[in-house]
Order: sequence, then C-alpha cells, then structure tokens
Amino acid sequence: MSKDTIADVGANRTGIKTSPVDSKDVIAEARRAKPSSLGDARAIADVRKQYMREACDGLGSVPPPASLKGMAKTAMDMLKGGKPTVFIDKLGERLAFERSGVRLYEGALSKLEVFGSWEGGPSRELLTKIMDDELSHFALLVEAMEKLGADPTAMTPSADLTSVISMGVPAAISDARTNLRQCMEALLVAELTDNASWELLIDLARGLGHDSLADRFQLALDAEAEHLALVKGWLAAGVSTEARAPMDSATLPAQP
Amino acid sequence: MALDLFKEKGTPVERQSFTWKDLVRRPYSKLDDDAFTRTRVILMNGIEADALRMKHIFARRSLELRPHLALVRRAEHHQQTLVNWLTPPDQKAIETTLGFEQLAIEVTASVAIHEPDPYLAQTYRFGMLEDFDHLYRYSALYDRLEGKDPNNITQSYTDIIPGRPTAVEHRHPLDDLRRPYNAKTAAPLSKLHALTITAAEFQTHDYYMTVGPTFTDPVARQLYAEIASIEEQHVTQYGSLIDPDESMLEQWMLHEAMEVYNYHSCLAYESNPRIKEVWQRFVDYELGHLHYVMELFKNLERRDPAEVLPRELPEPIAFKEHREFVRKVLSQEVDMRSDGTEYVDKSQLPPDHRSLAYQAQLNSEGSPSETAAAGYQWRPGTELAAKAERMGSVLEGRRLQ
Repeated sequence: MSKDTIADVGANRTGIKTSPVDSKDVIAEARRAKPSSLGDARAIADVRKQYMREACDGLGSVPPPASLKGMAKTAMDMLKGGKPTVFIDKLGERLAFERSGVRLYEGALSKLEVFGSWEGGPSRELLTKIMDDELSHFALLVEAMEKLGADPTAMTPSADLTSVISMGVPAAISDARTNLRQCMEALLVAELTDNASWELLIDLARGLGHDSLADRFQLALDAEAEHLALVKGWLAAGVSTEARAPMDSATLPAQP
Repeated sequence: MALDLFKEKGTPVERQSFTWKDLVRRPYSKLDDDAFTRTRVILMNGIEADALRMKHIFARRSLELRPHLALVRRAEHHQQTLVNWLTPPDQKAIETTLGFEQLAIEVTASVAIHEPDPYLAQTYRFGMLEDFDHLYRYSALYDRLEGKDPNNITQSYTDIIPGRPTAVEHRHPLDDLRRPYNAKTAAPLSKLHALTITAAEFQTHDYYMTVGPTFTDPVARQLYAEIASIEEQHVTQYGSLIDPDESMLEQWMLHEAMEVYNYHSCLAYESNPRIKEVWQRFVDYELGHLHYVMELFKNLERRDPAEVLPRELPEPIAFKEHREFVRKVLSQEVDMRSDGTEYVDKSQLPPDHRSLAYQAQLNSEGSPSETAAAGYQWRPGTELAAKAERMGSVLEGRRLQ
C-alpha cells in the first residue's frame, strides 16, 4: 500500500480566512466601490450569442469516403434516408478516444511504478489488460471505418470536440505531481464518457442497419463496462484508504 | 502581377481603424482549412510581433522618431491581434507548435531556393534542417502524449522524419553569429529574406517560452525548454545577417517593405476567401506604413528611398511543399556544423571545440529531444496503428477477472 496521500495539512494560502485582518479590509473596499457599467452577467451571454450566430461552419466537416466501395455503401445509406457522415463522425470520435486511452493507461502504469497501489487498488496486470483493450477497440474502429470507405486517420469534428472536452484528462495523468489515486479521478472521467459513447454508437449502428458491427461494438461496451467498474472500485478503495491514513503520512513517492 | 512599391500608396495610417468585433472574428477551421492557411497566420503574427519589437527598441533610441513609431506601431499591434486571433480555439498549443515548425521548414526552404547570395542561402539551408528535426520531435511528443496523428496538422505536405538531430544543434553562442549582408551591395530581396526569417524565428522562440510551462508532462516541458534554446540560437543566427550599419530609418523602411512583401505572398496563395480579404486589407495598410516611412526617410535623412527599396516586389514566398528540396539538402548537408561564421563538416571540428563542450554539458543529464522521439517512426494513424494492426480487434469483450 502506498503511503502517499493528497490531503495533508499544509500552508495553503488560497482561502479568505488565511488573512483575517486584510480580508476584512479588502471586502469593505470592494463593497464601497460601484461597478463601472450597468448590467449583469447576461452581457457576456449576448456577445456569445452574437458569435454563435456567425459561426455557421462549426468546427469543420467529415471527409468524403475515400474508396468507390465506400461511396457505394454511403450512397446506399443515403437512399435509406440516413446521413452517413453522422455515423462516420461518431466512429472517428470513438477511434480517437480509444487511441488516446492507450496513452492514458501508459501514464497510469508509470504512476503505479513510482507510487505503488493500495488495498483494493489497481494491479499492473489489470491496467495492462485495460490498455490492451483500448488498443483493440481502436483496431476495431479502424476496421469499421475502412469497411465503410471512411478514412480512419482523419480527425472528424466529433473527435476534435471530444479532445477539447477531455483536455484535462491526459494533462492530469502526465503531471509529475499527481499520484496514481489522483489519476483514477481522471480515468473515471474518461471511462464514464467512454461507456455512454459506446452505448450511443451501438444504437446509432443498429438504427442504420449495421447489425453485425453493432454486435461487435456491444462486446467492446461489455469490456468498457468492466473498466468503469474497476476504476470506480479502485478509486473508492483509494479514497477510503487515504481517509483512514494517519495525519503525518508521507507525501513523497516510494524510492525506486 | 508585380506590385509597384512606389506607385501603390495603400491606406493612409490615419484611416487604419479597428473595433473589438473586427479584431476578434471567425477563426479558420483546424479541420477544413489548408495547412498553409495555418502557417500564414503563424507567420504574419510573427512578422507583426517583430514590427512592434523593433519599433519599441528604436523608440528607446530616438526622441525624434518616437511619435512616428508610436503611430504606426499602434496600427500594427491591432493587425497582429486580428491575425493571431484567427487561430481557432480548438487548436491546442502542441498543434500550433507543429504549425510553427511546418512554417519554419516550408518558408525557409522557399527563401533558401530564391536567395541570390550563396552564403545567405547556405545559412537558410542550415537552419531549415534543424527546424525540420524539431517537427519530428514534436510529432513524436504529440503522438505519445495524446495518441494523435501529427499529419492531421501537416496534411501530408511535409515529411515527418529526423533532420540534423536537435541534440547536436546546441552550439556555443559565438558559433551562431553569421557574416551580415552589406547594405550597399546586397540585393533588396536578400534584405527582405533576412528580416522575414528573423521575425519568424523570434516569434517561435517567444511562443515556446510562453506555452512550454503550460504542459504538465515533464518531457514536454523539457522538450519545449530544449527547442526554445535552439530558437534563441536561430534568432542570433538570422539576426546577425542584418547589416548593423543601416540607419534606424533604413531598417524601419525595409521592415515595412518586408511586411508588404509577406502579406502580398499570403494573398497570392490563400484559399480561404475570408482570410484572403484580411491579407488584401493588410497589404494596403502596410503600403500606407511604407509610404509614411518613405516620407520620413526623404525628409530626415535626405535620401532617396529608391537607393534602398526595389521598385517592384520580388516573386512571392512560395507557400507550398518543398519535400524534394528538403530531402536533397538533408542528404547533402545534415553533417554540416558551424565554426564561428563558417560552415564545416562535423569531421573538421576538433574534439575540444567550444560548441562540442557546450553541447556535452547541456546534454549531460539526458536529451529531451532524444527521449521524446526514442525509436519513433511516424505512420498514418500514429505509431499505435502498427501495434493495433498486430493485435487486431480480438480482445474485446473477454472477461478481465
């Protein structure tokens, strides 16, 4: 079990109660001052709305299918009344997410080597297995996109968006100052999104008549559901282990 | 169509105005716009940053020029804002970085090809091979940090392979100084080139110094620290090409001509109509600045601007791929090193050369650029694509416990 914790008493200076005399003075002065212009936070919303109305192109587009076979398939879907680019966009999103997921678990494995685990925490073997699952899901999506004639190397708008949304996840994991327990918080964000997104993708595939793909996606979702359960369990065990730790526990990583 | 710098007067300085809405407009698309649109935005941000930097330094040196510099500088500050704010907010710092290096490679290649002076051309080829290596190192970082494909940014225009290894680019400061062109005899194009590349490298340095510490990953932080150091070397190198005997007004006038030249080059190649309009407007603004300075030059220095400026602008900088040229230079000049202001083969440097000692000291606790790219070979869809292909999609769904 790792001795490091993240909630020790220290010299945190961010709260108002750190400086009772100065804070009283600062609060009084702020109350005396008048705002320089009328209105409230809705003024910001108005500008945002103005820019939204002008941003008609959005983030970008889905590239056209690369192969003739793909075009035929796409054309068929079109006839069925569908907009196949929506499916391709979401496949591209999942692909990018799973591929990034491999890097996240690589990062978690490094944390494990330095900080160790805890009772009920992750093992090297299980983290490696999840990492391999992410890699195989990436491979599955490459295959699916290629079958549809789509380019699996393209960054689709949803892939771009999901990377903006989850920008903090790899950042939290690669921060040298975070430990494995803190990484579990980041992995939980990733796994929750991943589960919900696979569910959506499966529904979408079935709706478009891609049943065999949907069946294979369901297997991926089964694995992802296990990842989520594991990460949640590891995090819960980690937090309660820390809560039970003595106040003077060490914060330094274990020596190599 | 060649642009006559003396006939075209552009927009007068007093008519160059902006609003906040005008300055903060719709950005280009990271996904849909051409990679060269991104590089042009990066370049012109760098050129305007340099216009401000130079004018602030000159203002410290001359009470007489101070009000004139302040007037033109304010317009240029707002031009820089408008240009730099065309960067889309979904483009992350590492992606913009890939754009910086792609720009450095392709624009320096174009400059090296068109540079009439052989020594200056060699300097550009020398620097280009180093930036070429940076693209490879940052690509590896992008792939390994986030699992993303650097070619999404470079769009297959530029090779992602090693150049002159970054680890051997670290040189003693005295080996970064170059022989300046002679202002009296050098071709005007040589002057425009030197000012362009110096400005671009300066901004690259500033950008890495700003975003480097925003990364959480220690190797990313180290890599930015390492490459920022090379960019400082490059600014030293390219800045020393400029003749220090040119007067402030002469350098200022040349800088304005260089700005016209660069916006004009952007205009010649731009594919996005919204951005093209910006380049056209700023060609006109820069012509306004140029004529403002030409008047000062005539009145204060009592010299004819035609002594310094070309009548017509040279052929635009080529915003296109230069893979064949870069590969040729790479195969022939990768082992070049610098000894003072001269270029020599690495075998000619004695083992106790000051640059080798300098390099050994900096790299003595490891080389971030070697660490980030250890064994890295780019392939479409990232290096994980090869691994995934070997593994296949057989694992999904099996029980973990």
